[in-house]
Amino acid sequence: MSTPVLELSGISKRFGAVQALDQVDLRVAPGEVVALLGDNGAGKSTLVKVIAGVNPADGGDITWEGRPVSITRPNDAQKLGIATIYQDLALCDNLDIVANLFLGAEHTAFGTLDEVEMERRAQELLDSLSVSIPSLRVPVASLSGGQRQIIAIARSLLGDPKIVLLDEPTAALGVAQTAQVLDLIERLRDKGLGVILISHNMADVRAVADRAVVLRLGRNAGDFRVEDTSYEEIVAAITGAADNPVARRSGRVSAATTEEA
Amino acid sequence: MAQQTPVTPGADAAAPPAARDPRLIVTATSPRGLLAAGVRRLRGGELGPLPVIVGLVVICVVFQALHDRFLSPQNLSNLTVQVTAVGLMTTGVIMVLLLGEIDLSIGSVAGASAAVLAALTVHQGVPEWLGIIAAIATGTVIGVLHGTVFAKVGVPAFVVTLAGLLGWQGVQIYVLGSEGTVNVSGDGAIAALTTTYFLPSFGWGIGAVVVAVYAVASLFGERRRSAAGLPAKPAVEIAVRTLLLAVPVFGGIAILNQHQGVPLSFLIFVGFVVVFDLMLRKTRYGRMVFAVGGSAEAARRAGINVDLVRISVFALSSTLAAIGGVMMVSRSFSANLDTAGGDELMLAIAAAVIGGTSLFGGRGNAYSALLGGLVLGAITSGLLLLSMDSSIRYMITAAVLLVAVILDAVSRRSRKTHARG
Repeated sequence: MSTPVLELSGISKRFGAVQALDQVDLRVAPGEVVALLGDNGAGKSTLVKVIAGVNPADGGDITWEGRPVSITRPNDAQKLGIATIYQDLALCDNLDIVANLFLGAEHTAFGTLDEVEMERRAQELLDSLSVSIPSLRVPVASLSGGQRQIIAIARSLLGDPKIVLLDEPTAALGVAQTAQVLDLIERLRDKGLGVILISHNMADVRAVADRAVVLRLGRNAGDFRVEDTSYEEIVAAITGAADNPVARRSGRVSAATTEEA
Repeated sequence: MAQQTPVTPGADAAAPPAARDPRLIVTATSPRGLLAAGVRRLRGGELGPLPVIVGLVVICVVFQALHDRFLSPQNLSNLTVQVTAVGLMTTGVIMVLLLGEIDLSIGSVAGASAAVLAALTVHQGVPEWLGIIAAIATGTVIGVLHGTVFAKVGVPAFVVTLAGLLGWQGVQIYVLGSEGTVNVSGDGAIAALTTTYFLPSFGWGIGAVVVAVYAVASLFGERRRSAAGLPAKPAVEIAVRTLLLAVPVFGGIAILNQHQGVPLSFLIFVGFVVVFDLMLRKTRYGRMVFAVGGSAEAARRAGINVDLVRISVFALSSTLAAIGGVMMVSRSFSANLDTAGGDELMLAIAAAVIGGTSLFGGRGNAYSALLGGLVLGAITSGLLLLSMDSSIRYMITAAVLLVAVILDAVSRRSRKTHARG
């Protein structure tokens, strides 16, 4: 495996009395899709916020392409080449696709918007992702959920990121739309980008992820190669199968039967 | 993707069909094809300026039937001068409406600026041109204050500008002093703003330049689009659009020239409308205003300084209100307690909505000020000709406003079902 683009080691984060992250490690290589899994409250979102610079870590080291860096503001993350797509997409419904793609980074010529250049680049970008959208001049409100997700991802690519962080990109999507987004994730991987995918959907994870990193109660609870690992093993790591009422009961019952015998 | 509604591209779809998405409805380049595309857009709730233009025509026909001097060059010429002051206020308040906020203070700001202008030039002996600049700057400062309290402190715009409505009216009364009226000279720079008319040849020249610039810019723009491999409008459509612009421009100039020529004040008003339109559609700043109006959070995450946009929009609104106030002083040769103290605020906001700017934010255009202002101005002028009481005018204006808001709400719903935002 090539050198990782992003490597986190021993990341800790406390909120008051709560240890949200405790010595967490995460490593993403170029052209690799890493699924970040865990139950609610496992620390996935906190870890994403640490990487995105929204909530800097209290302790631990972040290495970017082999050199140590500190990410304390969203700007730092963006400058390094980390693009984060949050669940609520943050698109302007009243603006068209081109305007949304270039929002805050418009091309201008002689002080006015260079719509031709922006539309041409938008078309190129969407073509390169094999995304087909009928017209780039329709308001984003008229797009389907999957198309909106794709526009949000495409927008993050304009900054030429090396790592794309996706927070539940398929959570609200139908079957066909989910497939579109998964296709797009594969294309990002083929372009050599590292992808961190947060998802609750095990089918999506098995479909596109190369590795699955599981968090449980703020700690690393497993790092699996997806193709060598069964669904049950991953679920067991997420739920902490050794530490649940079912496992405890089966343990007790088997112990009791052994004693009786 | 089968469930997706076919998206109407309107006129953007004239490129070779082979390279296009099969879901895209390709518009024929023939006039008939363009007409069909237009009808499709109307059905989808994209009414554009059509309802207000139809309304304006109906109003003109009705009043002309009731009074034969309504469409006379003299009356129409007066009408253009009358709509200027409130029209400028509308142009400013449209910016605030685009953010999805409201500015209730524009009437009081216009009145306070008018009072500042009169007091400076008459009582303090300041030159009139300097007084005009000072009055406009007063508006800008007030707007920055409103915007800062709204954006930085987080007080709702409604409340901030409601305080402004009261407070600046107080300032107006205070500045005007015990007499309550300050008369300005009838032959100075202030009066010239609304008493200057241009020679017919100058009017024709301006009209010709405007139409020519529009035609050349459209042709050049579409050339660039097709050169870049993007769908471009066919030459037929550019010709039709140029014609649709040329008819009212030259028709209007012809009528105004029959009286005293194109009035300077109306030219100032239209000039501001055109500049604001270009600013909103063609600059990064305009894009930011629409973005903040559509989703402030999305705009913030895209790196837009939302607070600065908000403050600047309120500054523009109050600045334009102040210019409106200057125009009111110019027309009545005086600033008094009634200057902009009546229904100006309501008319300005009503004109914006009648013109097609949504109260819900993120949707609208600067031309609403011109069209909405002309509708309300025509009603006022017609009822005055018929020597009707202002009570009737209020009721009719209210009915027109209600129709406009209903159209806004209905077309919004239609756009939703046709999935067009």
